[in-house]
Amino acid sequence: MYHYDDYDRSIVSARVKQFRGQTGRFLAGKLSEDEFRPLRLQNGLYIQRHGPMLRIAIPYGQLSSAQLRTLASIARDFDRDVGHFTTRQNMQLNWVKLPEVPDILERLANAEMHAIQTSGNCIRNITSDPFSGVAGDEIADPRPWAEILRQWSTFHPEFAYLPRKFKVAISGATEDRAAIQVHDLGLQLVKNEAGELGFTVYAGGGLGRTPLIGQKIRDFLPWQHLLTYSEALVRIYNRYGRRDNMYKARIKILVKALGSAEFARQVEAEWAYLKDGPQTLTAAEVERVAMQFAPPRYARLAAENLTHLVDQHGEKAFARWVERNVKPHKVPGYAAVTLSLKQPGRAPGDATSAQMYAAADLADRFSFGEIRVTHEQNLVLADVEQRELHTLWQQAKAAGLASANIGLLADMIVCPGGDFCSLANAKSLPIAAAVQERFADLDYLFDIGNLALNISGCMNSCGHHHLGAIGILGVDKHGEEWYQITLGGTQGNAARIGEVIGRSFAAAEVPDVIERLVAVYLSHRHAGEEFNETLARIGLEPFRAAAYRKDAEIGEPAYA
Amino acid sequence: MPEQLIQNGRLVADRWQRLEMSEDADLGALSAAPILLPASLWCARRDQLLARTGEIGVSLAPGFPLESLAEDIGRFSLIAVEFPKFADGRGYSTASLLRQRYGYRGELRAVGDVGRDQMFYLQRVGFNAFLIPEGRDAEDALQGLTDFPDTYQGAADQPLPLFRRRAV
Repeated sequence: MYHYDDYDRSIVSARVKQFRGQTGRFLAGKLSEDEFRPLRLQNGLYIQRHGPMLRIAIPYGQLSSAQLRTLASIARDFDRDVGHFTTRQNMQLNWVKLPEVPDILERLANAEMHAIQTSGNCIRNITSDPFSGVAGDEIADPRPWAEILRQWSTFHPEFAYLPRKFKVAISGATEDRAAIQVHDLGLQLVKNEAGELGFTVYAGGGLGRTPLIGQKIRDFLPWQHLLTYSEALVRIYNRYGRRDNMYKARIKILVKALGSAEFARQVEAEWAYLKDGPQTLTAAEVERVAMQFAPPRYARLAAENLTHLVDQHGEKAFARWVERNVKPHKVPGYAAVTLSLKQPGRAPGDATSAQMYAAADLADRFSFGEIRVTHEQNLVLADVEQRELHTLWQQAKAAGLASANIGLLADMIVCPGGDFCSLANAKSLPIAAAVQERFADLDYLFDIGNLALNISGCMNSCGHHHLGAIGILGVDKHGEEWYQITLGGTQGNAARIGEVIGRSFAAAEVPDVIERLVAVYLSHRHAGEEFNETLARIGLEPFRAAAYRKDAEIGEPAYA
Repeated sequence: MPEQLIQNGRLVADRWQRLEMSEDADLGALSAAPILLPASLWCARRDQLLARTGEIGVSLAPGFPLESLAEDIGRFSLIAVEFPKFADGRGYSTASLLRQRYGYRGELRAVGDVGRDQMFYLQRVGFNAFLIPEGRDAEDALQGLTDFPDTYQGAADQPLPLFRRRAV
């Protein structure tokens, strides 16, 4: 993974000093709230319901065990012993105190971390595939490119006050596991016919109030031009993106208004001036960064037969965990393991300090001391020897990190919602908990199989509800919390925005409604068919009818 | 009243007179002293203003189409870029273009809602003058120019990105 050199260290340290000064001036009354807001936001600091929330950057989701221990220590010393992993691979703390934030940033800087540009109208944390470097379908490792983009975008002087936030995601595999089509800028590593590396460029994707799938604006951008092209694209957005209405200020609105062909033409015209200029990437720089992501020293192992391995142990719980949480690895004898942060009774994506310490220890013992954060809010140990899987499982279980539920309905993506977030219209955590409780039976969950259930507490869509096969969105109706349901959303290569089924439900009705929707799927599905496939085949109507069915036991669904 | 204009890293007196004139104003009465005019006025009355002797500067509102001034950039010894609200960052791109595309070499002045916490970025995109609004400490604003010891990406002040300068 990437390690700071003296330049990186001095720049991040200077940021800590700068923010310490800004916080001091604010607390002394020399900076107004309006003046301080964008400054603290660009350091990831929001003012929330209970006080400040700090969002810490985890660039492209990569952590060393030492960094994870730093996060654990910060949660322990400055918060309530818990951190929340987000859909942008970051970590949020919900109970920090403003005067202590500079000390937190200093501790982060000592571990080569920061909270730079995790909020505000600037280029945000760059996200990527949690299985980068180990997936069998990888064209090229996206991490060096993500790091190169991180450096380019860090304190970019021209793009600190964009019309709105700007999110970049990058995928290096044939299967998109980074949701690149719902980002402001989505980059797909590809090789052209000559075998040269480059990027297919998507722009104008995003969720939120106006969910849109990104438009392809360039088939092939040779790698040398990644920064000059990105600069041209963001400049067009900075100059011409709407600033009169914050709900129409994302780049997706500009791309939609101009049409993707005209937007692409403007970017190309701007790029013509920047192309081949000093920011053109050099092979030496790419090599310098890529070296830091060189594969770890894998042992020469024979590939295990996982079925035999599982049979050997004869434990159903282990078998289930292997089925759901263990993914193939490109190196024989290795596997990528997901540590689930989705347990009954705990907010999805939350990890206690003890769990973070435990995950760091597991990483040291089993996975070369590295951990990845997924945008589905789990942790990944990417380089585990297959023969160690059972030992790892036992230790992960002891730490409460071995729920065998990856990809199942219980593996919900959920934002913190109205319990914490001051933007939220409605609570999302109690809804998640109620659904979790309703679907607590593991046999039932396994029978349902793959099913993405995503919950957002408001239109900002941090819980990616648009991309869930079942999506739940909290809405405010005359001061009351209601929940709108969408069906058919998909992330990945065939990204699709879910369709609203109709009027909203009261919180108490949601578990019943979800149960009925799942029942329709189960009663109609053909062998091997996933929820969205059944939905595509039979249409929305049977689901809608079941969701709004009058039922004497639970009463008629309330109207909102 | 203390001076509020920072130029090339120092507080100085402002020798420019800013004129708020409508596009049909009488231009006959203009003195030969340096005057700063709205860029829209320059565009509307270009021929008359060209006939005048004396320095002219133009002031650009956030959405002003810079491209329409392209032919004339060399005629100005001051270009002011307005920031009615500091969160409106269009002026940063304006400055980058003036310095890096149009080759403007004269005074480039940030005007409006600017202060210490914008100085570093403003300087990077090519501003060499900053008019700090009354009520804000201009000495304090000067401190912002040195917030960071180094930078990653190329910009007007240092076109070479760090990866072309990094001592390995």
